[in-house]
Amino acid sequence: MKVMLCQNCKLKEATVSITRFIGGKKEELHLCKDCAEELLGGGDFLNFDFSLPDLLGTLLKQASLPRWEEIKHPTVKCPKCGLSYEGFQEIGKLGCSECYKTFRSKLTPLIKRIHGNMKHSGKVPHRAGEELNRLREIEKLRRELEEAIRKEEYEKAAELRDKIRELEGRRV
Amino acid sequence: MNVDEVKLEWIKGIGPNSTIALSSRIRLARNLRDYPFPSVAKKRDLEGVVQRIKDVLAQDPYFKPFTLIMLSDLNDLEREALVEKHMISPDHAKSGNKREGALLLENEGVLSMMINEEDHLRIQCFLGGLQLSEAWRIIDRFDSILEKHIDYAFDEEFGYLTACPTNVGTGMRASVMLHLPGLVLSKKIGRVIEEVSKIGLTVRGIYGEGSEAMGNLFQLSNQITLGLSEEEIIDKLEKIALRVIEEEELTRKHLFKTKGIELEDSLWRAYGILKNARLISSKEAMELLSKVRMGVDIGLLPSIDKYKFNELLIKIRPAHLQLSVGRELSPEERDKIRADLIRESLN
Ligand SMILES: [Zn+2]
Ligand SMILES: [Zn+2]
Repeated sequence: MKVMLCQNCKLKEATVSITRFIGGKKEELHLCKDCAEELLGGGDFLNFDFSLPDLLGTLLKQASLPRWEEIKHPTVKCPKCGLSYEGFQEIGKLGCSECYKTFRSKLTPLIKRIHGNMKHSGKVPHRAGEELNRLREIEKLRRELEEAIRKEEYEKAAELRDKIRELEGRRV
Repeated sequence: MNVDEVKLEWIKGIGPNSTIALSSRIRLARNLRDYPFPSVAKKRDLEGVVQRIKDVLAQDPYFKPFTLIMLSDLNDLEREALVEKHMISPDHAKSGNKREGALLLENEGVLSMMINEEDHLRIQCFLGGLQLSEAWRIIDRFDSILEKHIDYAFDEEFGYLTACPTNVGTGMRASVMLHLPGLVLSKKIGRVIEEVSKIGLTVRGIYGEGSEAMGNLFQLSNQITLGLSEEEIIDKLEKIALRVIEEEELTRKHLFKTKGIELEDSLWRAYGILKNARLISSKEAMELLSKVRMGVDIGLLPSIDKYKFNELLIKIRPAHLQLSVGRELSPEERDKIRADLIRESLN
């Protein structure tokens, strides 16, 4: 079977399909997960269990869909505050905490140049730290759950699912 | 609230090495995870930040000795006076009144916090002398208590997330205000600035640029905020500050030995002018106060409490002068009132 390649990078396998209507014309877009995340400013919704209707719904809600011809050289904008990297370069300030995720690959060398270091080794806030640990734990359990389902260990899977639900419910 | 009466703990002149190290200051940049940073935030977001802080203040008894001031409730002169006290930045004074800027003040003038400046929160701890470790202990506690109630923008790798990437990591800027007339007079200050900058610290004039510091006052601070812990940054800064202080002391001794009567004459003249002048500009006052302070330090001039020098540094500045008489003053009027104030303080 021939693998469909991502229409943006033309390197990786396209696993995300997006249908949209522009001027009454139906267009279909096939992207790899990485490109979809980058182009569509993907937040966490692409990370776990996303389903196509959800993704589409989110996309359609976004006011500024990338135009077809812009896809190849898109201006990536922070999904939370709308700042682009060019905007950051102009004002020298980032717009929100999500900007650090959105522009991570560009900010990393910049921050390394400024500080000569890359890893925070100072104080860790209690709450954000706790949240971080909670998310990490959920991620780990999800992997275990997939494994359990694959091995058809349904009892264990049920246990894991309960644990995940409990952790997800415990927002700080 | 009377802005010119807002207290500042450091001006008491208490603390180790407070002869040369006037004050130690630490500030932490913090942002709320769920709001856009002030530069792009809408008015509604900025109001939200202030409201979150108000809620925390009402909730936790730790914050009882704190007062929240909206900058829009102050007039230009009062905001300028807060800048002169180093409680808010010039930028905060300029635009903070239109952009939901606020200031949280602690009664004794040790802790304060700017709200909606470049970052949502800029916490500051100000102590007399060289006591960065103590300042860190105090501000760390404030920060931890505040953080019990709000979610900070934090990233495992980048640490505390700030509007400007130059502040990420600890979000901490620690600094010591140093009075270095000996190093300026002997022209060694340029070399000190150069050496310090090689190890990731900066020295700059507090009122003025580069080595042209008004009143020979310099600020020694860390440049790098990511990759080192708060304790490591403070430790390094404190060690270097001690070396600069030592160098200043040695230089003063040496100057006095080699320049003897010439230096003595210059310090006594400064003393004479300050005690008798009827008109004095801010620049001249700063210069002469620096000389008199050094003269008192080395035991040449009659003893004057450090508190008076520290207090004068702030009270002779334009907004404070105008607030003290309750009206706007022309530059000439200011020079007269400034001279009166200094004579009164030294006689
Ligand atoms: Zn791709
Ligand atoms: Zn953003």
